[in-house]
Amino acid sequence: MAGHQLDGGQPPALPGAVSWSGLGPSSLGIVATSRDYDGTPSTWPLYCPSALPSPAHSHNSLAPMSNSTRPCPSLCKQQQSSAFRPIHHPYPPQPDAIKTPNTLCCSLHPGVGQENIHSGPEASGAQGPKVGSLEDSGDGINPDLIPNPVQAAEEDKMWWESQLFRTDLRGQVPPLTTTHFTVDDQGIASPRFVRCTTYAFPCSQEMAQLSHLPLAAIVKPLATLPEEEGPVHLVDHGEGGPIRCERCIASMCPLMQFLDNGHSFQCPFCDAVSRVPHHYFHPIDYSGKRADRPSRAELSRGSYEFLLSEGECKHNQGQSRVGFIFMIDVSYNAVRSGLLRLICAELKKAVQHLPREPGVEESAVRVGFITYDRVLHFYNVKESLIQPQMVVATDITDVTVPLLDGFLVNPKESSVLINSLLDKIPLLFADSLEGEVVFGPVIQAGLEALKTAECWGKLFLFHTSLPTTKAPGELRKHNDNRIISTNREQTLFQPQSSYYQTLAEQCVQQGCCVDLFLFPTQYVDVASLGLLTLRTGGDLYYYSNFRVDRDAEQFQFDFQRDVQKVIGFNAKMKVHTRKGIRVANYLGSLHMENTSEVKLAAVDSDKAVVVEFKHDGKLSEEVGVHIQFELLYHTVSGHRRLRVHNTSLNCSSKLIETFRSSQAETLLNYFAKTAYRAVLGQGAKRVQDQLVTHLTRMLASYRKHCAHSAPSRGQLVMPQFLKVLPLYLNCLRKSKVLLPGPGVSIDDRAYLRQLVMSMGIAETNVLFYPRLLPIQGLNGDQGLREVRCTARRLAPEGFYLLEDGLSLFLWIGMSVPAEWIQNVFGAPSFNAVDCGAGSLPVLDNPYSRQIRDVIHAVRKQRARFLKLIIVKQADSTEGQFRQLLVEDKSPSGGASYPDFLHHIHLSIQQSLR
Amino acid sequence: MKWIEADFSQNTSVVMATYQEFIQQNEERDGVRFSWNVWPSSRLEATRMVVPLACLFTPLKERPDLPPIQYEPVLCSRATCRAVLNPLCQVDYRAKLWACNFCFQRNQFSPSYSGISEVNQPAELLPQFSTIEYVVKRGTPAPLIFLYVVDTCLEEDDLQALKESLQMSLSLLPPNALVGLITFGRMVQVHELNCEGISKSYVFRGTKDLTAKQIQDMLGLTKPPAPVQGRAPQPQEHPGISSRFLQPVQKIDMNLTDLLGELQRDPWPVSQGKRPLRSSGVAISIAVGLLEGSFPNTGARIMLFTGGPPTQGPGMVVGDELKAPIRSWHDIEKDNARYLKKATKHYEALANRAAVNGQCIDIYACALDQTGLLELKCCCNLTGGYIVMGDSFNTSLFKQTFQRVFSKGLQGDFRMAFGATLEIKTTRELKIAGAIGTCVSLNSKGTSVSENELGVGGTCQWKICSLDPCTTLGIYFEVVNQHNAPIPQGGRGAIQFVTQYQHSSGQRRIRVTTVARNWADAQSQLQQIEAAFDQEASAVLMARLGVFRAESEEGPDVLRWLDRQLIRLCQKFGQFHKDDPDSFRLSETFSLYPQFMFHLRRSPFLQVFNNSPDESSYYRHHFMRQDLTQSLIMIQPILYSYSFYGPPEPVLLDSSSILPDRILLMDTFFQIVIYHGETIAQWRQAGYQDMQEYENFKQLLQAPLDDGQDILQTRFPMPRYVDTEHGRSQARFLLSKVNPSQTYNNLYAWGQESGAPILTDDVSLQVFMDHLKKLAVSSAS
Repeated sequence: MAGHQLDGGQPPALPGAVSWSGLGPSSLGIVATSRDYDGTPSTWPLYCPSALPSPAHSHNSLAPMSNSTRPCPSLCKQQQSSAFRPIHHPYPPQPDAIKTPNTLCCSLHPGVGQENIHSGPEASGAQGPKVGSLEDSGDGINPDLIPNPVQAAEEDKMWWESQLFRTDLRGQVPPLTTTHFTVDDQGIASPRFVRCTTYAFPCSQEMAQLSHLPLAAIVKPLATLPEEEGPVHLVDHGEGGPIRCERCIASMCPLMQFLDNGHSFQCPFCDAVSRVPHHYFHPIDYSGKRADRPSRAELSRGSYEFLLSEGECKHNQGQSRVGFIFMIDVSYNAVRSGLLRLICAELKKAVQHLPREPGVEESAVRVGFITYDRVLHFYNVKESLIQPQMVVATDITDVTVPLLDGFLVNPKESSVLINSLLDKIPLLFADSLEGEVVFGPVIQAGLEALKTAECWGKLFLFHTSLPTTKAPGELRKHNDNRIISTNREQTLFQPQSSYYQTLAEQCVQQGCCVDLFLFPTQYVDVASLGLLTLRTGGDLYYYSNFRVDRDAEQFQFDFQRDVQKVIGFNAKMKVHTRKGIRVANYLGSLHMENTSEVKLAAVDSDKAVVVEFKHDGKLSEEVGVHIQFELLYHTVSGHRRLRVHNTSLNCSSKLIETFRSSQAETLLNYFAKTAYRAVLGQGAKRVQDQLVTHLTRMLASYRKHCAHSAPSRGQLVMPQFLKVLPLYLNCLRKSKVLLPGPGVSIDDRAYLRQLVMSMGIAETNVLFYPRLLPIQGLNGDQGLREVRCTARRLAPEGFYLLEDGLSLFLWIGMSVPAEWIQNVFGAPSFNAVDCGAGSLPVLDNPYSRQIRDVIHAVRKQRARFLKLIIVKQADSTEGQFRQLLVEDKSPSGGASYPDFLHHIHLSIQQSLR
Repeated sequence: MKWIEADFSQNTSVVMATYQEFIQQNEERDGVRFSWNVWPSSRLEATRMVVPLACLFTPLKERPDLPPIQYEPVLCSRATCRAVLNPLCQVDYRAKLWACNFCFQRNQFSPSYSGISEVNQPAELLPQFSTIEYVVKRGTPAPLIFLYVVDTCLEEDDLQALKESLQMSLSLLPPNALVGLITFGRMVQVHELNCEGISKSYVFRGTKDLTAKQIQDMLGLTKPPAPVQGRAPQPQEHPGISSRFLQPVQKIDMNLTDLLGELQRDPWPVSQGKRPLRSSGVAISIAVGLLEGSFPNTGARIMLFTGGPPTQGPGMVVGDELKAPIRSWHDIEKDNARYLKKATKHYEALANRAAVNGQCIDIYACALDQTGLLELKCCCNLTGGYIVMGDSFNTSLFKQTFQRVFSKGLQGDFRMAFGATLEIKTTRELKIAGAIGTCVSLNSKGTSVSENELGVGGTCQWKICSLDPCTTLGIYFEVVNQHNAPIPQGGRGAIQFVTQYQHSSGQRRIRVTTVARNWADAQSQLQQIEAAFDQEASAVLMARLGVFRAESEEGPDVLRWLDRQLIRLCQKFGQFHKDDPDSFRLSETFSLYPQFMFHLRRSPFLQVFNNSPDESSYYRHHFMRQDLTQSLIMIQPILYSYSFYGPPEPVLLDSSSILPDRILLMDTFFQIVIYHGETIAQWRQAGYQDMQEYENFKQLLQAPLDDGQDILQTRFPMPRYVDTEHGRSQARFLLSKVNPSQTYNNLYAWGQESGAPILTDDVSLQVFMDHLKKLAVSSAS
């Protein structure tokens, strides 16, 4: 019944907090404690009165209504929900059985299908009473009522939709990434730049350990801001660079306390007092703040950027220092498929839209071209030449750049030659029979070219196949499926030789970023090749079985966006923290010179870095935690900039505060990255187990230390904002990387792993919990309402769109009216719909228009082009689609959400016993 | 001095005239000059003759009168002989048999000779065709191949001039000639020539030596990769592959002209105090490898144009630090030339590879400083390529010389031939000791090969990769007939030279020269042998031996050896009373020989003082390839005098010839010096030549210029032209060559006003001769 409501677009009636308890000692209940929307440290455990709570719960069940400004519109509905019934577990599980989670994966869906209800393995029968005996009781968890992200997002949306998020409060928990909100920067960096796993750090290391909650920030230093929030303010402190703390060299920020009538200032990070330079002096007003505060971004805003003098730059003259080198595979594979022609055509467009700094007329980026198969061809397109010159570098064991000037050119001045070159390249290689390609030497060549031109820059590689040619960095086939799930599984994610690691380091030193566009038809060893993009802050695009006729649009979009996006080169990251904590680790597309120096060959608007913190002392609740993220980088015009993001967090000696101030999606991002890093060192199975263990400990800790009135043993108690974390982690557990299903190649896994390592929170969010959008009939302007990602929400009378940020599925129900099918696909019937097409036909009718508009709208939200895959219900192609219905039991054997939740619940109980 | 003048005056002896005519006739017909024209008949006596039995042989002596013989030569059927039928063979016209005059094998004529009779003889049997040329029809004619290897580390105007010269040269090539282009600087680029719309080149590092296989792999000259499965293998034309880099001039004329026009200087910056990085070693290696791969066993010309020494990679001659100067003779003597051995080894290996494949390497080196010719010279010496040395590509010396490479002979053919092998056959009394010239041994050991080597020995076949009508080899023989086995009276020794070569028209040709000389018993017929001595040829042949030795031995040792040979010769053939120098006389056939030796001792071929190693290599290279006349000019320059007292006349190369009222024209082969005496210079300065009444003075001034011009027009390489006058610095060119009969030491003692004193401590010819006489007559030695 509840399911019906949801399908009909009605939101489920769950407000911020749920209490869901059972009668028996082993019954499963969920208690989520709410957060403080108004920031006041009030207790806001909103318990559902109808859920047969323990007496301790009921006494304050209505209290929030009185002291909260937050409306709770659907509270009543929920109370009426008849589906909301306790679940009884007649028998407590046996300890032996708990240790092996597989035996406990009993599904709790009532009445969905028989296959969901199964008993534990026969083996367990000998050890004690049967576990999965839910069948007998006729009862089970109603999966519609367990916490889910769709609902959480709706709630959050409802709260923030009309509000401005002012960043003036320390430790304020920001809206979710799924919510559209506007930020008013009032001294703390916008959540678009920085998000933390928790906004209230535990005061001491002991507490932090007790909570098992990771302390980390996810920083996206060059994130794009929406129009209305305006660009990041530029600050110029003149020749000497930014005013800094004399001890810890933290840059001037709103947290600096001015003393001595403005003659000195105290650093919030190390407490040292520094003199204010004469030229920077300004008196302070009555409140102890500088009077010029509003006019100075570095005193009033959380994020701003210092202009640095060009003194340390390589060149003094204003010439360009950024080069883009396009390197095209011209082997037989690329030529035959028509790819080469497509790339050349796109390149012609791309060179006209190179990134430039705002306010600058012309891009300062210079471009160069290389093609390669077994050897490398450089092109001289100096504007003074009559025709382009091709120079073949024959020695691939030790590549040098044979051209000095004429290789990296101003695209405008040399436009005639570049166009003529790009016209000719497909013709030149039209008869190529060369089947082998090199890879390492290509990168080396690009690197050398940038080095000789004294440039930073980016290499765009368009590559088709495994570089088996005898050359540096040659690779062999390393996709033996037999080593999956053995103790050698991790080698699949590691590069085959140390060559790639060394090469990547050289690239980073030069400020050379590598973007890889892969068009493989078979195994290419993404793990090895992709390492370069990961280390250098580049992007990896993996188009398996690319067909020009079908997939050209995807490549065009991805490539054009990749070329044009905001990017900084040769960057260094530095994090200043309040004493008491320190940075423990960095994770992302970066290179660690040593434990503290972080180098990024390039960093663009999509790249996020995880910064992990660790206590090295006690923190005080009054002062809180201040963190300053500094990114020193060079713009595409070669100017030096220092971008600063300041954030300020609470500190608490109560664990409950810490839990309450954390967000599941941020944690998901953190866990995804740590888990995906861990697969380099150990088998995926172990990583999965560790995830579960971590989650169990975390929730157990919460239950033990934070649930103020001890819930009954049968209840699963979770912090409000973390209530969907079990679901997220289950999705992560079931992801391709950790649990490969049939037909998932090693390259697919390695590709996903690499992608995630530099992803932002919004991207991981949708990747692990895809969006399922029902399209049923003409919705008009109503918009689409997301539904939970489970097969139970699929009605055979409708179309559904499912997207995970990488691809877009259009699922067609069996019983969709033929009229729709005709209108949308131009096909007479369900059976006649062609699943191979990569796009919908453009038909002039409202149905077609609407569905194409929706697809267009969805695509616009993502950085990468969403490849459209049409899936028919019950078709053989449905498997891939099913895999993304993450709440269900996955075809690869991953537990369904309710099963997992049950398991977690049991594990928690076990650990608390 | 009187003694020499006396020699000059005696030239009308009957015998002499006969022999001189004989020698001249032989030279014109066969291109052969023997040191002895009557041969001592025993080994022992031959060795006592001091000057070995040897000849200067010009294989392609220009013979416009030769009929084209369009069939293959008839060979002796004995496998170890294979001599060619020649006029010296005994022919039995009735039995249709011929007897080989080298091995006495009796051979049957082939059916095609069935019509042969005393009155109907084939050309090869006619006495006037002791030299005959066969045009072989086998195989397809190979095109001429020119591979330009161009240094781009040049000054802008130098490069411009070079580019223009190269562009111009395209018009001089036959339309079907194949041409290729390699440029080098820091890196080496091989240009592909058949690309439309885009110019394509393959680049190589200049620091890494590559094997021929690697080069061919990298250039894609080896077989194309096996087609990927599922694809039909496409037919591949082999010539299509190889000609990517070498294209017919007619086809890519425009293309290449543009390409050359767009050639830029090596773009890599050269910092202060550095030499540009120049990868000549690798460039030549690639050129050789490219031709090996695409045109195996085909003659080709690799033309290296360089403006400085190789400074990196294999074959580097000097480092790129300017503060470390390039090696000098002093460094070499002190064993202080650190790159010398390695570089020489590199180029020698390349030269040998090129030689095996029939390619020749020319070097056109234009720079003010040395360019490493010492190390590079073997590339030319072994393959028969040219060395041209100049100050700049922007000089007429280079431009004209380069143009002259493509000059044509009397019949409109290029004066160049490729991939020649020279085989020598001798009658059994003679063995072959070796050859000196631009050739390499083919290591063909036959019965006629002597164990004693002179020059490149141990073989009876040599490869000469490039030949022109002047190319001359010195060939040395050994008489092996034992003293106790006298040769019957009237017996003749014979030598056959068989030169197979690729004519510039692409045809394969075989030129056969068969010569014979009388034997004489040195004890009873010494007079005859003496009278048949060719002192000019002997001087050049001895000089070649000396220069050949100088390549490997210390200079003073070579001079000592030459002196000893000269003294022994004088002792053997001079007439004197013991210990009485005044009684010493030499017959006229020997009279000039000591004088040649005197000048040879002073020549740059043996003296390295005042010459850089490069210059020495350059001079020696040309000395080793030129014919007798030119070689003699090199040993003893010619001096002509122009004055109002008579028509122009040759004068003694002596300081006494330098008179104030004379204009002198000196030709040293490498230089043409016009020297105006003091008075003439003053007159010229006063401008008399511009006055109408002094028209004759104007003519006098013009005469040497015209004569000099004549020489300049014909000489290859074009000589350095020096126009100077008394007291000018460039007068040193003249002063350093003349016999210093008047020096500051003896000027006043001499008491004469004529001549110019030379400021030198060198001995004069007079002193030299006095010593020679003394030593020759001395009973002690």
